[in-house]
This record gives sequence, C-alpha cells and structure tokens, in this order.
Amino acid sequence: MLLRAQKTIKASAFNTYWMLEKQHIVSMRDFTREDVTFILDYAERMFPFARTGIELLQHKILALLFFEPSTRTQLSFDSAMKRLGGSTLSLSSEDSSILKGETITDTVKVVEGYADAIVLRHSREGAARMASEISNVPIINAGDGAGHHPTQTLLDLYTIRRESHLENLDIALLGDLKYGRTAHSLAYALNMFDANIALVAPDGLQMPSHIVDTLDSVTVTDNIDDVIHEVDVLYVTRIQKERFPDPNEYLRVAKSYRIYRSMLQGARDDLIILHPLPRVDEIATDVDQTKHAKYFQQAFYGIPVRMALLSIVMDKLL
Amino acid sequence: MMHNERKAELRVRSIKNGTVIDHITAGNALNVLKILGIAGGTKAIVSVVMNVPSKRSASGRKDIVKIEDRELIPEEVDKIALIAPQATINIIRDYEVAQKNPVVWPDVISYIVKCPNLNCISNSNEPVFSKFKVLDSFVLRCVYCESIIDKDIAAYLI
Repeated sequence: MLLRAQKTIKASAFNTYWMLEKQHIVSMRDFTREDVTFILDYAERMFPFARTGIELLQHKILALLFFEPSTRTQLSFDSAMKRLGGSTLSLSSEDSSILKGETITDTVKVVEGYADAIVLRHSREGAARMASEISNVPIINAGDGAGHHPTQTLLDLYTIRRESHLENLDIALLGDLKYGRTAHSLAYALNMFDANIALVAPDGLQMPSHIVDTLDSVTVTDNIDDVIHEVDVLYVTRIQKERFPDPNEYLRVAKSYRIYRSMLQGARDDLIILHPLPRVDEIATDVDQTKHAKYFQQAFYGIPVRMALLSIVMDKLL
Repeated sequence: MMHNERKAELRVRSIKNGTVIDHITAGNALNVLKILGIAGGTKAIVSVVMNVPSKRSASGRKDIVKIEDRELIPEEVDKIALIAPQATINIIRDYEVAQKNPVVWPDVISYIVKCPNLNCISNSNEPVFSKFKVLDSFVLRCVYCESIIDKDIAAYLI
C-alpha cells in the first residue's frame, strides 16, 4: 500500500521521460522545472538524515564505476548510500577490467547483475546516455568528459536555494566556461528558473554559443569587476592549466580571475560564493573566513541531494 | 520560366524504371550521389543535371538526379532530406511516376551522420552507432554528447 502511494506521488511529480525511462539521471535536459523542484524539496526532507542516517536502502547495492579518477564525487556517493543503510561496490580506473580495455557496455552488462543502480564517470561525452540505453538498472551520470554532471548541478541548485534564493536570482559564473561541464549544466538549469546569468570568462574560454543562445537573460563579459557587486551568487570554477599552450599565459589569466577578500568590498551583503571543488587557487584562502564563503557547505549538501536521488531511483521513498 | 523548366527536363531523357530526385538544392547533386554510394566506379546509369532554372527554389536554380533501375529505400530518402530538404523523390515504373514523395525530416536519424565531437562515445570502440535528434531544419543534436550540427551537414555524412 505504501509502495502504491509512493508510485502515485512519483507519477504526478515527474515528467514522462522519468516514468518511462527507468529513472536514469543523465542530463539536466531530461528534467523539467517541476522535476527539479520536487527533487530539491525531497532533498530538504532528507537533510535531517544526512548526519544521522536512515535505514531506507538496506540490502540495496550501489555500484560506483569510475573509469576516470575522482575522489570527491565518489566519496560523496559512497557516503550517501551508506547513510541510507545500503552498501557500495567500486571499480576504479586502476582496476584490471578497465586496464584490459573492456568496453563500458560489457562492464555495465556485468555490473547490473551485481547492483541496484550504477554511478558512472567516464572521460567520453555521452557515455552515461549510452549506458542508460543498455542497462536494466538506473544509471546515474557522475560526469561524462566535458558533458554533464547532473548531480553536481542539483546540489548546486540546492545550495543556492538553501543559502540564497532561486527566484529572481542574479548569478555570475566565473572561470573556464568553455570546457567546464558543471558550468554548462548549471547555466541550463538556472535558465529554467529565469535567473539573470552573467558569464565571466577569459577570451577563448567563454561558454559555447550554442549554449549561450539558449539562455534568456544573459550577460557575457571577461571582467569580474563588471558584475561582482551586482550578483547574489558568484559561482567560481577552475581554469585548467592544460587548456593553455603557453604556461605564462595561463599564469596571467589565472591570476586575473582569482577572488580575493578585498574584491568583496561593495558586494551585496548576502552574496554567496560557490565552487564545485577541488579548488587550486581560484579563491584565496582569506575568503574562507568571510560569511560569503559557502563552498564547504555546498560539498556537504551533496549528501542529502544524492541520498534523495538514490532513494528515488531505487524506488524507496521517505 | 515554365518553358525553361521544361527544357531542363529535356536535357536528359526520360527513364523507364528507377528514381528521379528533383528539386535538389542547387549544388548538392554530387552530395546526393555520395549519400547513395554512387561513385566513379558505378555501373548504374545515372544522369545529373545541375543549376537548371526552377521557379520553386528561392535561388531560382535546382539540381536533378536520375538513377535507372533503382528505387530508393526509406533510409536513403532520410539521408537526402538532410542535405536537400526541398527535394522530391519520384519512383518511376515503365515511364510512369508510380510514387511522388517529398522528402520528410525524420525526428531522429541514426547511422547516417558522424558526430563532429571526436570524444563522443559514438566515435569510440563501444558497440553504439551515431544518433541525432532533429531539432529543426538543418539543426541536429547528438543524442549522446549533445553536440550540435547546424551547418555543412554533408561534411559529416558517414
């Protein structure tokens, strides 16, 4: 009876893609604004259990397939699953089947027999979508090359809603907006909530035009000073050294996009600063002590959000 | 103009059996042949007419391809739609037009176009074929990596 009630909630809450497609989490494109709102609300209900835990997924097993190294995301999923009373299996890029060159297809077909859902990270764009087409258990995309990282986007939105607000939001995305997958997914999702988005990136690392063109309220600039005093949220991403052929050019650009405490004078009182982490030196450590710094809370919020998602895809709602 | 078009039709003789692809966007006849796998070594009787006057085309010009003794299958018609959306496919049997179909853009196309993103999973050793969602005329989005092709589709034909 309880299960039927749960299914009724889900049927009304999710769009048809989710109902028909075995509830994979691949790309923000698959979600409507209503889906996202439902997930964020549900994560809020999960929040009290992010420290204490709740026995919701006993005997359930989550497989963590990381074809590309990741510490943070893997730990976060591992923690979320264990907080729900479930257990995890891990396969990393160092493991023998991956080193021997086994395809993702074969790995997924084997592992779906061992687990109730699969978290997948791979260096190729589209890997998770392909896996979702062949898997009989839900696939959760934990990053596909320069493509999507939807659970990061959902935890970013959760953080923004909890620490600031999602309605009438003014936000600046700063850093490598060309290759940074978190920025692409986040911009797409923020647009669903009618945010005013400023894209701040150096020449050559600006967001691709096919994404910018889909945003309804957008400003593009290469100067953070143009926008830092006019936003509720400053979302900082890493500028990767390997994108620059000339190391000196990298140093020059990276320095001009670094956030210091002194730059925050004149910013909105309730400005929050976020970063998907790991940070190298995009945000000076003296910012950490300000009330604006929310990036460590943001990392923690990954737990209730991923607990919510795992509970939804494994069909055991709170 | 009508007179000119009639003259264009007469540049090559009528065929007994086969396919006439008319109203091809001017300049794309050779791409149509490429799609159909018709290259220099073909034994088929093929007639190509390029840049003849057309009152239906915005540019006032069109190409025509006639292939004898071959009726196009739906997959081939889908491919032609990608580069010649105004084209008309006439299936000819015993000198008569047995079927006359405008090409139609499909919602999804598979196998036909290669993803321009070399790092896309559809360009890997995985057992998966390219697949694109057709967003609008001349705009395709890769189902896997979401890359967009919005110009020069002919360059990505497999």
